[in-house]
Amino acid sequence: MRKKLQSIISKLLPAAAVMLLLIVWQAASTAGLVAGFMLPSPVEVMKAFAADFPLLMDNAKVTLLEAFAGLAVGILVGFVTAVLMDYFDWLYQAVYPLIVLTQTVPTVAIAPLLVLWFGYEMLPKVILIVIVTFFPITVSLLDGFRASDKDTVSLLRSMGASNAQIFRYVKFPGAFGSFFASLRISVSYAVVGAVISEWLGGFNGLGVYMTRVKKAFSFDKMFAVIFLISAISLLLMRAVNILQRISMPWEEENR
Amino acid sequence: MTGLEVSGITFAYEETPVLADVSLKLREHELVSILGASGCGKTTLFHIISGLMRPQQGKVVLNGKDITGCPGRVSYMMQKDLLLPYRTIEDNVILPLLLKGEKKKEARMKVSPHFEEFGLEGTQKKYPRQLSGGMRQRAALLRTYMFSRDVALLDEPFSALDTLTKSGMHRWYLDVMDKIHLSTLFITHDIDEAILLSDRIYLLTGKPGRVTEEIVIKEQKPRNREFNLTEEFLGYKRRILERL
Repeated sequence: MRKKLQSIISKLLPAAAVMLLLIVWQAASTAGLVAGFMLPSPVEVMKAFAADFPLLMDNAKVTLLEAFAGLAVGILVGFVTAVLMDYFDWLYQAVYPLIVLTQTVPTVAIAPLLVLWFGYEMLPKVILIVIVTFFPITVSLLDGFRASDKDTVSLLRSMGASNAQIFRYVKFPGAFGSFFASLRISVSYAVVGAVISEWLGGFNGLGVYMTRVKKAFSFDKMFAVIFLISAISLLLMRAVNILQRISMPWEEENR
Repeated sequence: MTGLEVSGITFAYEETPVLADVSLKLREHELVSILGASGCGKTTLFHIISGLMRPQQGKVVLNGKDITGCPGRVSYMMQKDLLLPYRTIEDNVILPLLLKGEKKKEARMKVSPHFEEFGLEGTQKKYPRQLSGGMRQRAALLRTYMFSRDVALLDEPFSALDTLTKSGMHRWYLDVMDKIHLSTLFITHDIDEAILLSDRIYLLTGKPGRVTEEIVIKEQKPRNREFNLTEEFLGYKRRILERL
């Protein structure tokens, strides 16, 4: 009972904090402490969101499509790379530093280059997302594969298991946990990556919408789209959690 | 000859000699213990018999066939249960059959009658972490049994259990063995356990480890629960303690 109460309180506390923040913000705007054109009040943001809802949804569709396409390719490439690097040690030694190096290149810096090379369509955006998501996926899968228990591997070997069977029964399922941890990061990277690449050139998408309303100094719409982007990221992370619970039933509480 | 014959095994890890000229025999339906202090090379010996390692000298012969350095012939159960946490007990137990290329459905059919025999009924769909240590060990033993009915190597299978669970497991084990007639080579550092369960005991001592003594336990099987309170039992124990 007490535990239940505690869990309810721990869920309510952050919600209360957010509410408080919104109230303070609204009060400050209404009292005229901040100029309305610079920081619109939450109510104004809500209104802008409602007014532009169909447009926002159309743009969100494009951004999400890019994010999913990039994420899917990123996962696929990451998976293949991790499997190969796990199997061939020389490849691991040769490529690992290179993969780390790609992460030191700032996304914002290569995005314009990608636009120059691949144009204003979806391709450069998808490529950018692949570049940002592929790293966490590869590294987490590799770590998962490499963390497989030595004794378990020996046991399967003693049963005459091949390398492929050891991968299938030990390494692959053993990497699920770290894979989902990295997927949680990757989905938000993918959305942010899509928006950034849209800033730098494109016809549709939340990033394009953002640059447009910025040029019009519509701060209320600007905030509306910012909130929409973080809501999308949150929802996607939530979806990953649900997916994880479905794919890893053994982690459930004792029944 | 049917059974397992290990002859003249010598093994050194890098420069350190671990085993010196170890020979032993395991006949059909026999339970033979290898008793020795920690670090005398018992586990290395099992790695060699199971084919995971190759000895510098010596041979492992199973039913007249040389299997030195060939994994996949005898079943091997290690100290920890090593059940895969993400597979149900049933799917853990069928693993050796899947590795041999059997279909999941057929494999499940094959193992299902054994769950009762091993006292595991009702655990099929549970995950390992939902089971107690003793039950997990039973499941691991069933998995070992599903791999091969010829020879099983058990490396201190009960050492991680508390004393009470352990004595319950001994009784259970003797019961199961009475039903399934497995030939078992059993590593332990527990003298009581060795006397209680074995037909014969090899003492493995020294560095590098060698077989210094073979002791035959003449007590009939199935053994009485009070066997470990008898004069004979103490006699064996005294004899072993003198040699170790």
